[in-house]
Amino acid sequence: MARPRQTRKDGGVDWPKAVHRVLRVADIRHIAFVPDAGLSRLIDLCGADPAMRLIPLTTEEEGIGVLAGAWLGGERGVLLMQSSGVGNCINAFSLIATCRFPFLAIVTMRGEWGEFNPWQVPMGQKAEAALKLAGVVPYRPEDEASIAPTVDAAQKFARDSDVATAVLVSQALIGMKRW
Amino acid sequence: MVKAARTGADGTLGRRNAVRALLKDRGDLLVVSGLGSPTWDVAAAGDSASNFYMWGAMGSAATIGLGLALAQPRRPVLVITGDGELMMGMGALATIGVQKPSNFALVVLDNERYGETGMQMSHTAHGIDLAVIARGSGFRTALTIGTMAGVTSLARVLHRKVGPVFAAIKVLAGEDARVLPPRDGVFLKNRFREAILRKADSR
Repeated sequence: MARPRQTRKDGGVDWPKAVHRVLRVADIRHIAFVPDAGLSRLIDLCGADPAMRLIPLTTEEEGIGVLAGAWLGGERGVLLMQSSGVGNCINAFSLIATCRFPFLAIVTMRGEWGEFNPWQVPMGQKAEAALKLAGVVPYRPEDEASIAPTVDAAQKFARDSDVATAVLVSQALIGMKRW
Repeated sequence: MVKAARTGADGTLGRRNAVRALLKDRGDLLVVSGLGSPTWDVAAAGDSASNFYMWGAMGSAATIGLGLALAQPRRPVLVITGDGELMMGMGALATIGVQKPSNFALVVLDNERYGETGMQMSHTAHGIDLAVIARGSGFRTALTIGTMAGVTSLARVLHRKVGPVFAAIKVLAGEDARVLPPRDGVFLKNRFREAILRKADSR
């Protein structure tokens, strides 16, 4: 797929819109999520898309089971979560690893860039390492324009090579949370 | 459906008989089994490519069944798991209650014990009522079953697409001989997908 170039009026890249388009073209239908401020626009876009189903979770590891089950039934999904949710997923990732389910997550980061809340720091700082330990391949897009192309590469990699992938979206790209 | 009477601290039903009755005329039923005894029980009722057996990832059986039911709305989906397994991911009941898949049923073989680890009492042994929690979580039907007649009646309901259905079947806390299904996860995944999609590969 062509590199999405969707721009905002201020000239910045509208990454949620571009990511939504990537998900739609990839026929990713199950949007399992625990909300995060950085994901709110993407969640809204997916919720407004009749080809997609929003699946709100009470805790992130539920999304691992939901997406594995959807794949058993022949459909694809994505797990949207904040970095603090990575820790909740650890044992459930054994399902993905043991059965080699294709898996895609988009993780918005906390606790690493001008963070105002010290309680976010321990998991935010360890989220990427925890994903690696659990066998999930992390991607770190370097600027806003590369978020959607990175999600596209990650979803292809997951689907075609039966691997678990996660795109980590830094606070440096989406902005510090204002208090 | 009438709510069957509870049988008290220990059920009187044998878990193998209950599962056999649920799967006797299974038709196009897709089955996900939770780790431990429910997996052995489902295997003992007869191996099938339409069974996805879990050997780990405790707490995930209900959500796997949910994802499967949403992706295969024409097929009835049955999750058979244990009380300990369900309670490790109890929030899943609320997540299922939001989606309300009519082709989804969740059966808990409730022996009020952690059967694989030394028969320690689980929370249900202390009166925690899973059917009440399921009802409060938005399941259309939520029952506690203590008799074989109740199980037989439930077996018919599984095919009617009136879900989400929840049933806690109170079973004896005895140990049955282990009947082990295949344990290779990739094999189980591909066999299941081949059986229902006629393809394992994604491409």
